[in-house]
Amino acid sequence: MADALLQIDGLTKRFGGVVASDEIVLSVPAGELHAIIGPNGAGKTTLIGQLTGEIAPDAGRIQFEGRDITALPIHTRSRLGLARSFQITSLFLDFTVLDNVALAVQAHAGHSFHFWRDARSDPALREPARAALQRVGLTQRADVLVANLSHGEHRQLEIAMALATKPCMLLLDEPMAGMGPEESARMVKLLHELKREVTLLLIEHDMEAVFALADKITVLVYGRVIASGEPAAIRVNPEVRRAYLGEQEAVSSHG
Amino acid sequence: MIALLTPRNFVVAALLAILVLIPVYAHSTGNFFLVTLFTRIIILAMAAVSLNLIMGYGGMVSFGHAAYLGVGGYLVGILAYEGYSSGFVQWPLALLVSALFAFVIGALCLRTRGVYFIMITLAFAQMIYYVGVSLSRYGADDGLTIYNRSQFAGLLNLSNRTFFYYLCFALLLGTVYLTWRLVNSRFGLLIQGARSNDRRMRAIGFPTYRYRLACFVIAGTICGLSGVLLANHTEFVSPAMMHWTKSGDLIVMVVLGGMGSLFGPVIGSIALLVLEEALPPIMNVIGGLVAGSAGARVGEYWQMVLGPMLLLVVLFARGGIDGILSNWSGFVQGVREGFANLRAGVGNLFASARRG
Repeated sequence: MADALLQIDGLTKRFGGVVASDEIVLSVPAGELHAIIGPNGAGKTTLIGQLTGEIAPDAGRIQFEGRDITALPIHTRSRLGLARSFQITSLFLDFTVLDNVALAVQAHAGHSFHFWRDARSDPALREPARAALQRVGLTQRADVLVANLSHGEHRQLEIAMALATKPCMLLLDEPMAGMGPEESARMVKLLHELKREVTLLLIEHDMEAVFALADKITVLVYGRVIASGEPAAIRVNPEVRRAYLGEQEAVSSHG
Repeated sequence: MIALLTPRNFVVAALLAILVLIPVYAHSTGNFFLVTLFTRIIILAMAAVSLNLIMGYGGMVSFGHAAYLGVGGYLVGILAYEGYSSGFVQWPLALLVSALFAFVIGALCLRTRGVYFIMITLAFAQMIYYVGVSLSRYGADDGLTIYNRSQFAGLLNLSNRTFFYYLCFALLLGTVYLTWRLVNSRFGLLIQGARSNDRRMRAIGFPTYRYRLACFVIAGTICGLSGVLLANHTEFVSPAMMHWTKSGDLIVMVVLGGMGSLFGPVIGSIALLVLEEALPPIMNVIGGLVAGSAGARVGEYWQMVLGPMLLLVVLFARGGIDGILSNWSGFVQGVREGFANLRAGVGNLFASARRG
C-alpha cells in the first residue's frame, strides 16, 4: 500500500442531500490498469473531478506519488503527472489537431511567457506533438481543424493530448462513449498498448472492454465502493450482481 | 502555400497605401482636414487593435477599454498642466499608469466570465469616468486644454502635423506587428486556447489566469499609448473620451472589421469613422435630389443608415469585413443563395396568395 501511485482515503463529497462520494478508499499501484464501474449516477465523474481538482472534496485525502494533493489547483496536479481525458469531448475546436497536441506539450514545457518566437515552427513543441499523434494513429489528420474530425477521432485526440503531457497516470473518463464497435475495438487495442507505459484509471460503461483490460476493478454504487478486486472476483461478487442485475428493483425500492 | 494576391491582402495594401499618401495629397491641395481626420482614425485604430488582442484573440470582451484612452490622455494633460511637458516624462509615466490600471482592473475582472466580465469592466470604466468628472482642478466635466504637445527636447516636433501623422502611423504598424508576433508565440497560442476552452487549458496544466491577466495588461498599455497620442492630437482631454459609448465604439470597430484578425480592427476603424464623416453629406445630396430643400437636411439622421449597415455585417458576416474579404467567393455564393431563397420565398408567398 505504501508504494501506491494514487492513494485515496475517506474521500467524501455531498451535493445537498446527495452523497456523491461516500468515504471512498482506493489505491492504485504504479503500472496497474484500474477500472471503475458503476451504474449511472454512481458518482464516477464526481470522483474523477476530485482527483483532477475541479471539485473540492468535503472530507478525505488524495495522495499522488506519496504527496498530499487534496488542496492543489488543477494545473499543478497536471504538472505532477496526473492527466485526464474528458467524458464529453472538450477540445480546442477552432485549432488544428496538431495545434491541440502542441498546446498540451507546451503546458509541460516550462512557462509560456514567450512573446516573440513563432510557436508553430518550434520543434520543441511540434515534434513531441507529432509523436503523440503517431501513437494514437492520427498522423494523417494533423492539419485538419478539430471541428471537422469524427467522434472516434476526437476520442483518439483526447488520448494523444493526455499522452503529450507525459503523465505518470492517466484518468480516462469513458473513452469509448458513443463509439461504434469498430472504433471501440481500436480504442481497446490502444489502451492495451498504453497499459505498458502508464498507470491508467479507467471509467467505462463498456463492460466487455473493462473486463478485457482491467487488472483490478472497483465498483461504485451511490457513491460507495461496494467491491474492489480482480475481474474474476468482481464477476461473481453477489453484491455487484445485485447492483447491476437488480438495478431496476433497487431504484424502485429507493424511490 | 499562402496566396499573396487575395482580395483581403489587396484591400489591406490599398488601405495602407492610401494612409501613406494622405499627407502628400493634403500638401498638394492645401487641405489639411484629411490629415486631422486620419490622424484620429489611426490613433483609434491602434486602440481597436489593442482591444482585439483581448477580445478577438483572448475572448475577453472588455466594455471599458476606452478607460485607458482616458488614463493615458489625462496623464499627458495633467502633467502638462502641472508644468511637466517633456515627453520623456509623460509617455513612460502614462504607459506605466495605464498598465497599472489594467493590472488592477484585470486582476479583479478576470475572476468572472461572460456577461459578468462585460458588466464589471464597464463598471470600472464608469468609475474612472466619474473620477475624471470630479477632477475640478483639471476642468472636471469641461475637460482640460493642453497648451503644449509633448516635448522631446527638440528631437521630435509633435506640433508638425505631418510628422505627427507619420509617427502615429508608424506606431500603429508597430502595434499590428507586435500583435502578429504575440498571437503566434507560445503566449498567444495559450491565450487563444483559453478563449476556445479555458477549462481544458487548466486541465492540461496551464495556470491560465496569469497569462490572461498579462494579455489584459498589454492591451491596456497599448490603449494607454493611444490615449497619449489622442491627447496630443486634440490638445485637449475630457471625461468624454472615456465615456462608455467610446468603449462601445471600439467594440464596434473590432466587430465590424473582424474579431481575431490582424488588420480587421484597422479596417473597422477606418470604415466606421469614414462612414461617420461621409454619410451625412452623401445623404444630404441624395435627399436634396429626391425631395428638394426639405431632403437636403436628411444627413442629420445618418445614424439611422449606419445602424442597419452594422446590423447587416454582424448578421451576415461573422468575421466582419475581414471575414468577407478573406472568404470572398464564399461570401458571394452566400449572398447569391440568400437572394435565391428570397426569390423562392416571395414566389411561394405569391403562389399561396393566389391559391388562398
